[in-house]
Amino acid sequence: MEILFFLFVAFVAVGSGVFVVTCKNPVNSAIALVNTFFCLATCYVMLDAPFMAAIQLIVYAGAIMVLIIFVIMLLNIGTVDVVKSSHAVAGGALMSVLVAVQVLYMLNRGEVANIEGPMTESAILEFGHTELLARSLFTEFLLPFELTAILLLVAIVGAIVLAKRDV
Amino acid sequence: MISVNYFLVLSAILFSLGVFGVLTRKNSIVVFMCIELMLNAVNLTFIALSRHLGNMDGQVFVLFVMAVAAAEAAVGLALMITFFRNRESLDIDDANTLKW
Amino acid sequence: MYDYLWLIPFFPLVGSIINGLFGKKIKNEAVIGGLATAMIGLSFVVSAGCFFSLLNDPVKVHEQILGSWMSVGHLQVEWGFLLDPLSALMIMVVTGVGTLIHLYSIGYMHGEEGFYRFFSYLNLFCFCMLMLVLGNNALVMFIGWEGVGLCSYLLIGYYFHKKSAGDAAKKAFVVNRVGDFGFLVGLGILFWTLGSHGVWTVKFTEIAANAHLLGAGSLVVTIVTLCFFLGATGKSAQIPLYTWLPDAMEGPTPVSALIHAATMVTAGVYMIGRMNILFAMSPTTMLIVAMVGAATAIFAASIGFAQNDIKRVLAYSTVSQLGFMFLAMGVGAFTAGIFHLMTHAFFKACLFLGSGSVIHGMHHGLHHAHSHDDPQDMRNMGGLSKKMKITYWTFLISTIAIAGIPPLAGFFSKDEILWWAFASTRGHWLLWLTATGAAMMTAFYMFRLVSMTFWGECRANPKAKDHIPESPWTITLPLIILAGLAAVGGFVGVPALLGGSNHLATFLDPVFGHAQETFNLSAHGSHAAEYGLMFFSVVVASIGIGIALYMYNKNPELPGKFVAKFPGLHRAVFNKWYVDEIYDALFVNPTKKLGTFLWKGFDVKLVDGVVNGVASTIEACARGMRYTQSGLIASYAMTMVIGVFVIIAYYVFK
Repeated sequence: MEILFFLFVAFVAVGSGVFVVTCKNPVNSAIALVNTFFCLATCYVMLDAPFMAAIQLIVYAGAIMVLIIFVIMLLNIGTVDVVKSSHAVAGGALMSVLVAVQVLYMLNRGEVANIEGPMTESAILEFGHTELLARSLFTEFLLPFELTAILLLVAIVGAIVLAKRDV
Repeated sequence: MISVNYFLVLSAILFSLGVFGVLTRKNSIVVFMCIELMLNAVNLTFIALSRHLGNMDGQVFVLFVMAVAAAEAAVGLALMITFFRNRESLDIDDANTLKW
Repeated sequence: MYDYLWLIPFFPLVGSIINGLFGKKIKNEAVIGGLATAMIGLSFVVSAGCFFSLLNDPVKVHEQILGSWMSVGHLQVEWGFLLDPLSALMIMVVTGVGTLIHLYSIGYMHGEEGFYRFFSYLNLFCFCMLMLVLGNNALVMFIGWEGVGLCSYLLIGYYFHKKSAGDAAKKAFVVNRVGDFGFLVGLGILFWTLGSHGVWTVKFTEIAANAHLLGAGSLVVTIVTLCFFLGATGKSAQIPLYTWLPDAMEGPTPVSALIHAATMVTAGVYMIGRMNILFAMSPTTMLIVAMVGAATAIFAASIGFAQNDIKRVLAYSTVSQLGFMFLAMGVGAFTAGIFHLMTHAFFKACLFLGSGSVIHGMHHGLHHAHSHDDPQDMRNMGGLSKKMKITYWTFLISTIAIAGIPPLAGFFSKDEILWWAFASTRGHWLLWLTATGAAMMTAFYMFRLVSMTFWGECRANPKAKDHIPESPWTITLPLIILAGLAAVGGFVGVPALLGGSNHLATFLDPVFGHAQETFNLSAHGSHAAEYGLMFFSVVVASIGIGIALYMYNKNPELPGKFVAKFPGLHRAVFNKWYVDEIYDALFVNPTKKLGTFLWKGFDVKLVDGVVNGVASTIEACARGMRYTQSGLIASYAMTMVIGVFVIIAYYVFK
């Protein structure tokens, strides 16, 4: 039952991914991308990571995609986008297939270790996923977390400086 | 519980799709979205393996990736607006001065 | 006194530098010429001091080391000078004759463009020549050897706006280069062969002391000496490399006198004298030297018969006389060779300077008559004895001297050579016969020259006739001194037979005695034979003179008839036996063809092809590489993906 559901979700995700790549209108691509994000969020839930699913929806589907769609609307691009020359497409296709084959080969050949860390299913049920994440984030990864905050601040300043007409 | 391999295969397929998009599309916003797709595919790998190995670090990493993606979106889109103002275009083939 | 040895080459160098750098500013001819003459004169004074100290000194070999030149591995070369009887005699000749010719040049070169240049070169030449004769090792000698070649080139090409002068200069340089090649190869072989016996040296004294290591008569010593002899033939204009010397007469006359008669061309003789022990060790080489010398003597003399240019006759005479010197060296008569070198320097310098005086006068007269006749052509001369008395008498004395009439200088030296050629342990009667024939021919063409120039009716342009003056004192004074030397110079080497004691042989004995004793180089014969030969050579010379007088003085139409009777022979002699043409066909043209091939075939196609090929390959690569640097983001992304793929592939499949 669960596997069927996963396959359905995966199918939708890949299908929307194909749309993202192939749609002529960037708005359609954006909508398809949002769809993909939803599917991935579903996957996160299936992986006992409900907090990540929420973040995925809020940050990606909510914030970033809205930003992108705003920019598309703002610049009023429409469907001017044309696919590049055929041999560029062929080259891109070849490389992407090669990358896919390589990764799949690696997965097929490699073996995933069966180490069970502290975050077992029972632990998640006991403490809740969010708390476990917070524990890790605010203890072990506190410094990177703070740095991320600075990074975001810099990004905000940079974006304003770049986008303003005359500074 | 579904085997971790399913998620990894899905991740690989999405990543390759992203690569294909980056290499073939001309519209820089679409290229940007394809990069987001690749980032998400990687995020899925992180979370799947994090769950599989019972280690929280992967998910923390995803959090950082999201933060970086957000920053990237802000700066990248600002760049695109500036570029559009100068060239009246978003075609990445028009951004061809990266050779001097 | 020996401490001042270094001053001898130093003075001319200073003079050369001053005149070369500031001569153009000085302008005043008296100052320039005076300075140059004073410098070589000072050099002469020092030389004389050294010479006379050496004369009374029981120690005959002195060396002065100025400093180290180079020290490479086993090779230690010093800036050093060697004063022994041989070099003392040579510096006396070089500086003495040099001083006179400098003085002469002041008058002769008066009003020439580039007056300072001439004197600068002349001083430089003296410097180089003194380095050549004073050097205590073969490399210092080689500097001088090359330096005199360079100065010869510069001075032959003094009138460089004339194409013939430029060509002659080049010819002299190139032909000399062939000889220099031999010298260097010989030196290299000698150095390594001695080195393989544990003696790494280029010093003459050490070479002489260790020469026995090579083994008398061995192949290597023959090769070494033959290489040195090749060098000598180039510098001293012997067969087969003599062709440059007659052409060298394109230079100003004092140059011909100093360089191409008195000093530089004797460098080869000097070099053989310096290496006498090596040459003595190889009978084969000695025989070749003697044969080449004798052949050159008679061959050049024969060409001298039919030349009309006064300087060319003297040039062939020089070649011929140098042949005598080499003959002397070849039969082991080192002393006689050096003796003849010295006397030849006197009378040949005098002859050349006299011819210069004649040309000077002729030029003056022809200039006055606005005639464009050649002032050097003897067919335009004649009867000059009345107009140029001093020139005539000095010229006549020198001519008698070169013809070998006693008691003038040439008789003693030439006779000693002939005696050795006949009676020496390395001599042969054929050599003697050839040399005697050459001596007769010498007497003949020299008196032909005197006849055509000074005697008979003046054949010059009638307008010019009365305006041929005697030259100024700067020209005549050297002539008088040199004629005096040519007259009495022979008395230093009067053989014992005639009541003399041959001072020269005694003086030079420290240099040559060892080799002559070791290898039994001596001339033995009865007194009667010696008297007989002496008498015979005088008779032969007189016959030559008599024929010349008869043909050119008494019956001036006779030569014309003779030419009409043997047109082929005359043409061959007049064209110098076509040697130049043969050389052109054998060496020059094939070399030119090879050069053209190397230029058009090898250089343009192969060398340039390689160079251009490299360039175009790189260009093609760059053209290809340009696509990687397109500025297009997509292509960079593509490159990045490929890179990622490759790196991961390396980890996956390794």
